[in-house]
Amino acid sequence: MQQITMGQAVRQALAEEMQRDPNVFLAGEGIGVGIHESPVMPTFGLLREFGPDRVKDTPVSEAAIAGLAVGASVLGLRPVVEVMFNPFFTLASDQIVNHAAKLRYLSGGKSSFPMVVRVKTGAGFGAGCQHSHNLEAWAAHCPGLKVVMPGTAADAKGLLKSAIRDDNPVVFIEDMGLYFFPTPVPEGEYTIPIGVADIKRPGRDVTVVTWSKMLGVAFKAAAILSKEGIEVEILDLRTLLPLDKEAIITSLKKTGRLVILHEATRTGGFGGEIAALAVDEAFSYLKAPVKRVTGPDIPVPFSPPLEQFYIPDEHQLVEAVKSVVL
Amino acid sequence: MENKKKIELYRSMLLIRHFEEKLTELCRIERKLPGMVILCTGQEAVAAGTCAALEKDDVIISNHRSHGHLLAKGAEPNTVMAEIFGKKTGCNKGKSGTLHIAVPEVNALCTTTVVGGGIPIAVGTAFAQQYKKRRQVTVCFFGNGAADEGSFHESLNMAALWNLPVIFVCENNVYSGAQRMEEHTKVKDIAARAAGYAMPGVVVDGNDAEAVFKATTEARLRCLAGEGPTLIECKTYRWRGHGEADHQAYQPKDEIARWMERCPVKKIERELLAAGAISNQEISELEESIAKIVEDAVRFAEESPWPAPLEALDDVYV
Repeated sequence: MQQITMGQAVRQALAEEMQRDPNVFLAGEGIGVGIHESPVMPTFGLLREFGPDRVKDTPVSEAAIAGLAVGASVLGLRPVVEVMFNPFFTLASDQIVNHAAKLRYLSGGKSSFPMVVRVKTGAGFGAGCQHSHNLEAWAAHCPGLKVVMPGTAADAKGLLKSAIRDDNPVVFIEDMGLYFFPTPVPEGEYTIPIGVADIKRPGRDVTVVTWSKMLGVAFKAAAILSKEGIEVEILDLRTLLPLDKEAIITSLKKTGRLVILHEATRTGGFGGEIAALAVDEAFSYLKAPVKRVTGPDIPVPFSPPLEQFYIPDEHQLVEAVKSVVL
Repeated sequence: MENKKKIELYRSMLLIRHFEEKLTELCRIERKLPGMVILCTGQEAVAAGTCAALEKDDVIISNHRSHGHLLAKGAEPNTVMAEIFGKKTGCNKGKSGTLHIAVPEVNALCTTTVVGGGIPIAVGTAFAQQYKKRRQVTVCFFGNGAADEGSFHESLNMAALWNLPVIFVCENNVYSGAQRMEEHTKVKDIAARAAGYAMPGVVVDGNDAEAVFKATTEARLRCLAGEGPTLIECKTYRWRGHGEADHQAYQPKDEIARWMERCPVKKIERELLAAGAISNQEISELEESIAKIVEDAVRFAEESPWPAPLEALDDVYV
């Protein structure tokens, strides 16, 4: 199996889909010629490989970039556009929230919008709160969208290929913290279905539901807890919308305990939705209160100790797990 | 313009006028419509003149004042009326109502009520037309108010930069909500903004259907020659309020009266009569046949069933 980073896995998915389907094109700020040229970045070298007709460097115009995708997709192209950082989603959001998500419904099912909006996210880069802000819950609050947030390079590749082939608009959120560390990725052609969660580590005692970069934190905590005889089951959602409710409930039937872990801030975070699901549909299996480990309700701070304080870590998770087990 | 084509243009405008006047009647007098209604009465020349210059495969992107655009592009009056009534037989199964009607069958791909929201989408459809090397263009209709939105500026810049085959048709009806033009922007002509994006900006009399047709035809040829977008500003006037619930107290009565004297439908009618292209008798017959089309559309809508409540759950995803 090849060892590549998530950035490289995304790049492979883009290149393979562009080779497979001439209707796939890319657009975004600095995706062809960018200010950061690195082989681990997801669009590295694609301009050279596919040319300027299919790899469009755009002006700094997020609304127009997102609208480009909406309009191009209704005529049958399969745009993959990039929003450079998650906070800039706000600038593109009218097109994504009011148009991409709703126009099929408004057409009475006559039109479809097969587009992907790739969004880079994640704290930990000393970039401050206008570059780091996980807004996945916003997107997940919009019926008509699908929201994918992979936690491994292998998942990112298979899920992005599915997203490009999906006839619905997909918001595909990549944590940049995963761009730099090689992990195993299968060789050759494969896809991973959207809307299917994955048990990344089976365990009998507590279910930890998480996604994206926090998967790594969950693994660190699981290792610590295992030494103390507590076996954590790590359920990686991978897709927030549509939510794989079945997978969550099945895991809760086994463990009876739930801790939710996400980097985004707590209030109104997607963790609340998972907790509500557990109470609504798996209450009789629960042996303990549901806990959340999340970013605190503050903007992502700049200074390194402050930023580290913001990002949830394995010690917080260990504490939360123990609080429901012991 | 050939007489035959001009009579078609007249017919298209008459249909829009009758359709909108019937909606006013249904809305104000009979209170038969379930929700908001926004009409384009008095602006028929923009819709008809523009769409007469297009082919069926050309795309239009419309805004909240859309009925004229849709009918001029060839949408069926019956299913559009049924959609305005919220009926199951509406062209969007009652999901869109008056405000968001899409008729993909005639390439009216999006009507959006987010002011300025359609302009980036028109960039996208024009991009697809260019990408697929089709001899097609996109027309994007929006009002003078939309030209104050950021999406207008981002879109014109991108469309010009990439020479996209898109025609931006600003239907300047003097008002943006309750604000007069001079209250929402300092420029006298929205078309002047085209210079900021190195594209031609053209001002035309929006009550002169033939002038609108000619400007659109020229812009379309530029698009097809790979010379990129054009901004056409059609100066017209909103006879009705923003919507039919609007009190219109801010629109001076004498101003409305002056513009009604410049009625675009009467103008083309006078021209056709003067040219001997049509007789009074033929006009009466045409009006009668169009009144019947609209009556039939209303009957179709009224007799159509409501959608079943659970149909609300359909059509969210493919």
